[in-house]
Amino acid sequence: MTSEVRRRTGGARTGDVLAAFWAAAAAAGLTALVFTQIAPFSGPLGAVLLWYPLFLGLYALLVWLAEPGPAVRDRVAAAFVHSLAALLLVALVFVIAYTIGRGIPALRHLNFFTQDMTHAGPLDPVTVGGIKHGIVGTLEQIGIALLITIPLGLLCAIYLTEVPGPFARFTRTLVEAMTALPSIVAGLFIYATVILTLGLGKSGFAAALALSLMMLPIIIRAADVVLRLIPGALKEASYALGAGQWRTVWHVVLPTARSGLVTAFILGTARGVGETSPVLLTAGFTATLNASPFHDAQVSLPLLAFSLVRSGEKSYIARGFGAAAVLMGLVLLLFVLARLLGRKREGSR
Amino acid sequence: MTTAPAIAAPVAEVGHRPRSARLALADRIFRSLTGASALAVLLLMSLVGAFLGYRAAQALHVAGWSFLTTASWEPDAHHFGIAAVLTGTVLIGLVAVAIALPLALGTALYISEYAPRRLRGLLVSLVDLMAAVPSVVYGLWGFYFLQQHAFGLSRWLATYLGWFPLFHVDGADPRDPLAPLTVYKSSTLIAGMVVALMVTPIACSVMREAFSQAPLGEREGAYALGATRWGMIRTVVLPFGRGGIIGGTMLGLGRALGETIAVFMVIAVVFAVQPHILQNGGSSVSSMIALLYGSASAFGTSALMAAGLALFALTLAVNFAASAIVARSRSGASSDI
Repeated sequence: MTSEVRRRTGGARTGDVLAAFWAAAAAAGLTALVFTQIAPFSGPLGAVLLWYPLFLGLYALLVWLAEPGPAVRDRVAAAFVHSLAALLLVALVFVIAYTIGRGIPALRHLNFFTQDMTHAGPLDPVTVGGIKHGIVGTLEQIGIALLITIPLGLLCAIYLTEVPGPFARFTRTLVEAMTALPSIVAGLFIYATVILTLGLGKSGFAAALALSLMMLPIIIRAADVVLRLIPGALKEASYALGAGQWRTVWHVVLPTARSGLVTAFILGTARGVGETSPVLLTAGFTATLNASPFHDAQVSLPLLAFSLVRSGEKSYIARGFGAAAVLMGLVLLLFVLARLLGRKREGSR
Repeated sequence: MTTAPAIAAPVAEVGHRPRSARLALADRIFRSLTGASALAVLLLMSLVGAFLGYRAAQALHVAGWSFLTTASWEPDAHHFGIAAVLTGTVLIGLVAVAIALPLALGTALYISEYAPRRLRGLLVSLVDLMAAVPSVVYGLWGFYFLQQHAFGLSRWLATYLGWFPLFHVDGADPRDPLAPLTVYKSSTLIAGMVVALMVTPIACSVMREAFSQAPLGEREGAYALGATRWGMIRTVVLPFGRGGIIGGTMLGLGRALGETIAVFMVIAVVFAVQPHILQNGGSSVSSMIALLYGSASAFGTSALMAAGLALFALTLAVNFAASAIVARSRSGASSDI
């Protein structure tokens, strides 16, 4: 008498795993045969493109030996879905690793973070010069943009959810429409108004305005979604206790939505930090550190990465990839921050 | 029974009490403050639209209907139009969507149906992270890596599918092994592949959300009737997620049409209608603006704004159609405890 063992109903069965493994091996063998003996094919991409259909076909054949038709379709579809997901993840990891890998020659040196490009000529090695001016520019520009967008966006989102009516509906529709505004058109608008018409000149402030214009609809929409998810019963309970609208928003709505709102703002910031095209038209370009966003050109990290690699010089390209890697690190940091805050919200519910 | 009138009486005595009392001072300040910022946002957005429209109208007035049919871009000679750049934009968007759709669909299905429960949160975060990676990073990757390694694919397509007009390449000779490969460089296809990576996560997250809302009862019903997992997906998840699939794809298309920097880095802008997606050179509205804004005259800037407005109209139409489709397939706007 054996004791009862709980049957595992989910997950892959040993037979399927073995079938997939041997199908992969057989497909690899056939591909090698075709490439070396039969047809004049070459190149790793071609090999993969030939191997994959062979693998699917052989896998279907192996499953078909033991299982009926619907099961064969099930296994093949599962294999296909798995490989699509794997392809996307591999592509993501590869894009990130490639950027960091090509940036390492510049990232290894401390001067990359502590110097600007004033004294770095085109032929100087990466041990001279750095991206300090880009880091400072990015932080200042995104800071100004956040100073504009967060109060304005939050108040507008509160209005949209708390004071419903035709005006709120119209504003919401317009904000939704503005999320479709291509970022380059936002940059072109600021270029034509602030720089050409008002004559302010290219500056970090103009870039911050362009970023604000692009981020504002995104932030309003995200905050609107978060605020709308607040249970109506909570607000009604507050009103029933005699609280006014202001007290309800301050003591019930905002505390409940706080972590969600912070997540929305951080994700909006991550979008804004990485934008190049509005900055390209409005910030100008300089090789020296310019701490004042209101006078003269001021570069930011994405613009610096874009401009450095276009020069074509080897050390410049390494610096460009390095700047992109630093920018990505910044985005990653913001992203992890947003996730941590978002997780806390789930835990407290 | 007898107590009922006694209770009702005091209410009747109060008479017509207004349902909403006069707002307290704090509430009035609150309303006017939030209302003012909503008005400010509204004015700002209208200002952008009105200014773009006003400046664009100057250019459109000169160009007339030929704005839509002219391929060349010489605004100072009053001979300009968006036939070439708009075609290029749409082609890049379509290539991107053609690549992104299967990738996003497969990944969304994997995350919502196949992935182990523990991995699910991590995968969702990874896809969201992919959406947040700056476009300049994708542009660098496309220019330095993809450009150098996509020749094989382009040449193979041009050699075997060259009879199909989209894949035709002028100046390519498949029989000549020493033929220069530069004809395949900076093409619409490569730009589309880069943009595809950028829009896949957007489409993927919309689809995943739609799939995860497929009702549990019907899933279990399908299993109870003997369906395999794929059978269940085909008969329950995919039909329920159809709105999400279409809407997510269109949202991705809207993003792809407006993408600037990654396209600008990869593509070599030409001002001619370029229907051959493998051929060197292509165009898009946004990369044209990035290329020409600095050297444009006042009228040239107006012409660029007209092009930008046309692009905006296109992305707006695509986005609204997408959100209408997504909203129709989703139930309940507000939630409760």
